[in-house]
Amino acid sequence: MIEIEHVRKSFGQLEVLKGIDLTVEKGEVVTIIGGSGSGKSTLLTCINGLEPIDSGRILIDGTEVHAKSTDLNKLRRKVGIVFQQWNAFPHLTVLDNVTLAPRKVLGMSRAEAEEIAERQLTHVGLGDKLKTFPGRLSGGQQQRMAIARALAMSPEYMLFDEVTSALDPQLVGEVLDTLKMLAQEGMTMICVTHEMSFARDVSNRVAFFHQGVMAEIGSPEQIFGDPQNPETRKFLSSTRQ
Amino acid sequence: MFDTALTTADFIFLAKGAGMTIVVTAISVLIGTVLGVIFGVLRYQLGPIWAAPLIFVLDICRSIPLLIQLVLTNAFLGTILRLNLSGFTVACIVLSMYTAAYCAEIVRGGIEAVPATTRRAARSLGMTWGQDMREIVLPLATRIALPSWIGLALGVMKDSALVYVVQVTELLKSTQILITRLQEPMLLLLICGAFYFVISFPLARFGGYLEKRWSND
Repeated sequence: MIEIEHVRKSFGQLEVLKGIDLTVEKGEVVTIIGGSGSGKSTLLTCINGLEPIDSGRILIDGTEVHAKSTDLNKLRRKVGIVFQQWNAFPHLTVLDNVTLAPRKVLGMSRAEAEEIAERQLTHVGLGDKLKTFPGRLSGGQQQRMAIARALAMSPEYMLFDEVTSALDPQLVGEVLDTLKMLAQEGMTMICVTHEMSFARDVSNRVAFFHQGVMAEIGSPEQIFGDPQNPETRKFLSSTRQ
Repeated sequence: MFDTALTTADFIFLAKGAGMTIVVTAISVLIGTVLGVIFGVLRYQLGPIWAAPLIFVLDICRSIPLLIQLVLTNAFLGTILRLNLSGFTVACIVLSMYTAAYCAEIVRGGIEAVPATTRRAARSLGMTWGQDMREIVLPLATRIALPSWIGLALGVMKDSALVYVVQVTELLKSTQILITRLQEPMLLLLICGAFYFVISFPLARFGGYLEKRWSND
């Protein structure tokens, strides 16, 4: 369970998160929608401990992410994150990209790690690209590789930060299909996305962020069918065009 | 074709000089690179304020002409500290620091060229700072820095001609000794130049080979 309690966060003068409360249960898929600068992506990097927070707290299975005593490297094994920019390790083959963390962080043998990596890469449809370098892959393939790389650590939670935003339109589908597959398999996921149909189809709950505040949260049917907050309505009508 | 007084023994004398150039260069580039990587990482990691003393020392090594550094270091170590070091050791110490000073900048530039997002991805997988450095940053920085580093190594090799001031007879000094005796400067400088080329060429080619090998990424 991920518990986010009254989280505030500023970059200099700019307050990007103005007291966020959100609880995500095991097995749940929550998508976060909202305009740019609404703080959605910042929240994800805070959950993973990549960004410090100013106040409030975030608990993952009861462990406080930003407590001094927390071993973040250990905690991050549990929480995978995939970014908008897929950030392949360009000097390593696709297979080595995926085996690196299991070998170095979890101490797996090469054979063990490769078995897992091959399984994950096949899972995301890259089983025939094991020996290829990322530079030879399309954006969509690199993004799927990044997903496999995170999954190879057998995380219990996955955070997806606008994973399709930097992709060419014709490549978006293949990555979304991968996410849907994960959701169906019961992975606990928090997805920041601009893909409204994806949010509608896959999520258990949809949260709408506006200027650092979670303006509304509810089932996809409610958020898309009967939005209560005027900002949500405004946002949804602008994205429909 | 040539009418020359150059004997086989003289040629061997030149080859020995070339050998000295190679040894001094190899030792200095090796030590200088190891130090340069350490200094470069420190300089990057500490930031401009905490690294200020280090930056100051490296700036000195980069901005004072090598010839002066050699003479002064030799005098300092020998006359003031009364260390009984050979000219060869002094030459290696000064050239190593000289290499390290330039190498540190190359390393820092290489590290800074690795995108922060790539490093963030590594850390998000649970890798520690050290693992990120070893597995991601340094391999990528090496690829970026390689051409500059090859240039540095070749430069140090040629600059090593200056170590004659601390009584190390390397290639250029050997050539000058023969020129004084044989009075055939053109031929001897030609041979000397050829030696330098033969030493440099493999290094330059090796660099080209690595660049090509790494270009698959």
